[in-house]
Amino acid sequence: MNKIIDAWHSDLAWNFRNSPVAVVSFALVFVLVLAVIFAPVIAPHDPFDPSTLNLINGFSQPMTPNTYTGDVFLLGSDDQGRDVFSTILYGMRISLFVGVFAVAFAMILGITLGLIAGYVGGWTETIIMRIADVQLTFPSILVAMLIFGIVKGVIPVEHRDQMAIWVLILAIGLGEWVQFARVVRGATLVEKNREYVQAARLIGRVRWVIMIRHILPNVLSPVLVIATISLALAIIAEATLSFLGVGAPPTQPSLGTLIRIGQGFLFSGEWWILLFPALTLLTLALSVNMLGDWLRDALNPKLR
Amino acid sequence: MKFKETLLATAILFSAGASVSAETLKWARAGDGLTLDPHAQNEGPTITLQRQIMEPLVARDMRGVLVPALATEWDPSDKDPNVWVFKLRQGVKFHDGADFDSEDVVFSLKRAMSDESNYREVLASVVDVRAPDKFTVEIITDGPNPIMPNNLTNMLIMDKDWATANDAIKVQDYEGGQSTYAAKNANGTGAYKLISREPDVKTVMERFDGYWGVEQFPMEVSRLEYIPIQNAATRIAALLSGEVDFIQDVPVQDIDRVVDADGLDVRRTSQNRVIFLGMNQGDTDLKNDNVDGKNPFADVRVRRAMNMSINRLAIQEVVMRGQSEPAGIILPPFVHGWVPELDVVQDPDIETAKALMAEAGYADGFSIKLDCPNDRYINDEAICQAMVGMLAQIGIKVNLDSKPKAQHFPLINNLESDFYMLGWGVPTYDSEYAFNFLVHSKGEAYGSWNNTRYSNPEIDAEIESLASEIRLDVRDASIRKIWDQVQEDVLYLPIHHQVLNWGMKSGVDTIVDPEDSPKIKYFSFK
Amino acid sequence: MLAYIIRRVFQSVIVLLVVGLVAFAMFRFVGDPIENMLGQERTQEDVERLRSKLGLDQPFVFQYWKFLKAAVQGDFGVSYRQGRPVAEILIERAPSTLELAAVSGTLAMLFGLGLGVYTAIKRNGWVSNLIMTTSLIGVSLPTFLIGILLIYVFSVELGWLPSYGRGETVTVGSWSTGFLTSSGLKALILPSITLGLYQMTLIMRLVRSEMMEVLRTDYVRFARARGLRESAVNFKHALVNTMVPVTTVIGLQLGSIIAFAIITETVFQWPGVGLLFINAVQFVDIPVMAAYLMLISVLFVGINLVVDLLYFIIDPRLRANGVGAH
Repeated sequence: MNKIIDAWHSDLAWNFRNSPVAVVSFALVFVLVLAVIFAPVIAPHDPFDPSTLNLINGFSQPMTPNTYTGDVFLLGSDDQGRDVFSTILYGMRISLFVGVFAVAFAMILGITLGLIAGYVGGWTETIIMRIADVQLTFPSILVAMLIFGIVKGVIPVEHRDQMAIWVLILAIGLGEWVQFARVVRGATLVEKNREYVQAARLIGRVRWVIMIRHILPNVLSPVLVIATISLALAIIAEATLSFLGVGAPPTQPSLGTLIRIGQGFLFSGEWWILLFPALTLLTLALSVNMLGDWLRDALNPKLR
Repeated sequence: MKFKETLLATAILFSAGASVSAETLKWARAGDGLTLDPHAQNEGPTITLQRQIMEPLVARDMRGVLVPALATEWDPSDKDPNVWVFKLRQGVKFHDGADFDSEDVVFSLKRAMSDESNYREVLASVVDVRAPDKFTVEIITDGPNPIMPNNLTNMLIMDKDWATANDAIKVQDYEGGQSTYAAKNANGTGAYKLISREPDVKTVMERFDGYWGVEQFPMEVSRLEYIPIQNAATRIAALLSGEVDFIQDVPVQDIDRVVDADGLDVRRTSQNRVIFLGMNQGDTDLKNDNVDGKNPFADVRVRRAMNMSINRLAIQEVVMRGQSEPAGIILPPFVHGWVPELDVVQDPDIETAKALMAEAGYADGFSIKLDCPNDRYINDEAICQAMVGMLAQIGIKVNLDSKPKAQHFPLINNLESDFYMLGWGVPTYDSEYAFNFLVHSKGEAYGSWNNTRYSNPEIDAEIESLASEIRLDVRDASIRKIWDQVQEDVLYLPIHHQVLNWGMKSGVDTIVDPEDSPKIKYFSFK
Repeated sequence: MLAYIIRRVFQSVIVLLVVGLVAFAMFRFVGDPIENMLGQERTQEDVERLRSKLGLDQPFVFQYWKFLKAAVQGDFGVSYRQGRPVAEILIERAPSTLELAAVSGTLAMLFGLGLGVYTAIKRNGWVSNLIMTTSLIGVSLPTFLIGILLIYVFSVELGWLPSYGRGETVTVGSWSTGFLTSSGLKALILPSITLGLYQMTLIMRLVRSEMMEVLRTDYVRFARARGLRESAVNFKHALVNTMVPVTTVIGLQLGSIIAFAIITETVFQWPGVGLLFINAVQFVDIPVMAAYLMLISVLFVGINLVVDLLYFIIDPRLRANGVGAH
């Protein structure tokens, strides 16, 4: 209990309470995350269960009874007769899941390799940075296709739909880690010649302790900038991959897949199929970005 | 070089007088023609583009009717049933001014029969082509071939001397490491001559005033620009904003928008293409299901139950927005052998279907992977998605695996798929073509697209007899017998016949070609 | 320095070889080119014949070796799709992508640096906040959707700008440029906004964050205390010191502009190498895919090299430590 009171009085919390942008963004993210967690309770339909779908319900307008079945959909229905509201809730689940895990994967991989490359130097650095070059060379689309191809060959059919998500995480994460590694290495190169690092070295600190305790906190600022954008970017990268036909399966759509499907109806008047998923994605990505913005400024001791 | 100069000269000459009746048609579709070499690629958009510039002996008009092109008459020889005699049109000029005669036909057909040609299979029954005189050509087949002229509508004729001069005697050779001149240049007898070509960007053609049919066809388009635009939304935007005059593939959901727009129209017709699902019914066990030791598709009751569970009208109404014709048979309606009673569409009957499933021992259903292309047929992926829902109602859990066509087709042709979507057109307008590829047991010469593992020796023999049966009534009876068997065995699950939608400025006047292959010389302006 | 460059170039060659090897290993997962090259009336025999003719029945290592042998002589083979030499196609397509990348890269850099500096200096102004927020909207939607929305608004509804292609181009030597005609310039607007938006935001945010940190450091305060003009402090001292991470990111972004051009070119039917690549993937045109990846590798490796060299020039602290650090 004391800890909570302490936290409430901390600088960070004070800063938070006094930043309307942070409060609003946090509230939005909080609501969206809650919606995602309780999707099975909130959603009127389970859009991932095909036997409950009725194709005839397709293209129902929001809040208007379907001509044939009389069913009413809050945000309308899509081309397969799925409730758009439900698909958004379930789709956001997949999007968030993919985004968070992909960035975490990229960040851990990138920071580790970047620190090692920058601090250790020599052949280790050469090898890591050249691997990064190779990685950068491949457009993430192609990396995704490669991983998809291999997975399709290896994984039994029944598990493929679940695997598609992990494949996306791997593919997007692999596309992002280089950014972290390059920036961390660049900053490490600068930091490691600073006096405090040399001092730590002189008093006999072990290399990995120096890297984690001393250098890491000082390179976190650019990392946070990238991580912030990366989370939103990862969610969007998934959408882009689905535009090119290698994203989440249409029977278990993510927000990105929903937008890809919806953009086909932009000119035809079924605006709700595109608008609602796009707005949700926009809200999600925007508030994550704003929250990240604030967090960066608040956490940065040099800015206080 | 000389050819280029001539082209340039005529281009200048033409543009000088063009202001009189200059009507440019900007024509966009999803894909570009792959090459201008007439025998290198047997592919729809490629032949459609080439057809404006080059001509076959026998052509189809915009209604699909066989009409004379470079040949004026054709008949089986009186003396030998294995020979077809073609009388050639006289006074025809190539775009570079050379005269057309039988030498060019013999050269072109032999080129089309060569190893590198994509049309080798279509001409497989041809033994020799010879020219008794300057305007007669004889085609000798290995047996009587009653539908020979139908096989020639895609065999475009090149100028022998031009090909020789430009080192294009051989069909495009990938191994050689060099570009064939004929891949990017063309010299035909067609109504339009090539002005410039940038692959995937733009191909410009101009009316050929020396065309033999200048009096017979409207030929009101004086300049033709062919522009591939891949992304559907961009393509429709280009039509709506007036940047192009004519697009060939209007997405079904955008039809109303185009119809409502001022000065734009959509015209439609049934396409020569039927969409259906194939099932592996021959193997003793399936790789892609969850049933061990047996093959649920091998039981005709399961196939019937699946057929009954498909709500074709709902697919037509919702997925296709009315732009399809629900099908009961895997044969397009205008093809010889099609009869209405074969193409009856059943209403879905879930109860009976469930009973059939139970009878077959699958009361609890099973799971199976459905392989589906996502860039080949109109709304292919959405149709497959709808199938997932419909088959779920009789307990079949479908794992949908949709992918680009470059991955889809190898999968089904390497017999790695047990349940797949396929679309089929019949360019010869005769059932035999469909049987050869889709019904006959898979083997060297036949059944190359029959990936159902269905094999019925009696039917195979019946199919093989069609090629040389010249008594038409006997042949028709065989065709009917084969179709009845196919229907009885539920060899495939037909879904629908595709409908073509062409979007164009209201001023453009044309009917829609069932093969989706516009022949611009028939176009006129209102 | 020279030894360093030589070593880097040598490493780069190894990188290129590895890229090629990986590329060839993955081609078979993209699909089977044979299916596209033969029509629907092909037999199994035709398939086998063409496969062995193209050498596709050999292990990918052999195919790669064959490709390399020809590639060092400038021969990238013949496109399966177009039947023309790949080198010829690439030369034809390169100008459109380079022009698009140049315009959107320049836009991204100019606006990114300018707005980044502005928002850092006027940290709490409402204009800054507005810029920060709107720029985020632009990166919170996928590129393809932004492109399609731009087309919808500016081509379909307003009819101001073209929805596809490059407009009229003028050929200067072997370079076709859209810079010299009004329709060519108009056609550049929507695609370069679509392509540059994300990069601009990234650069802007990075410049801002780095600037704000540097503005707080002692020596900037000291410079200010010395009575130097505000603009001199901002640009001469502060901006210069943000350049290490900013250079890294800008360098990387130049490369990703080329990579992201794939999407933009697909949406706008922009006839560049990105569209060529997407077509090649769809058709499994192995020679084109291989050549494209090789080309992109050369470009990226080159950019990396330049960025690393710039480190030395921009940050004197690294120079002091000398080449030994690497």
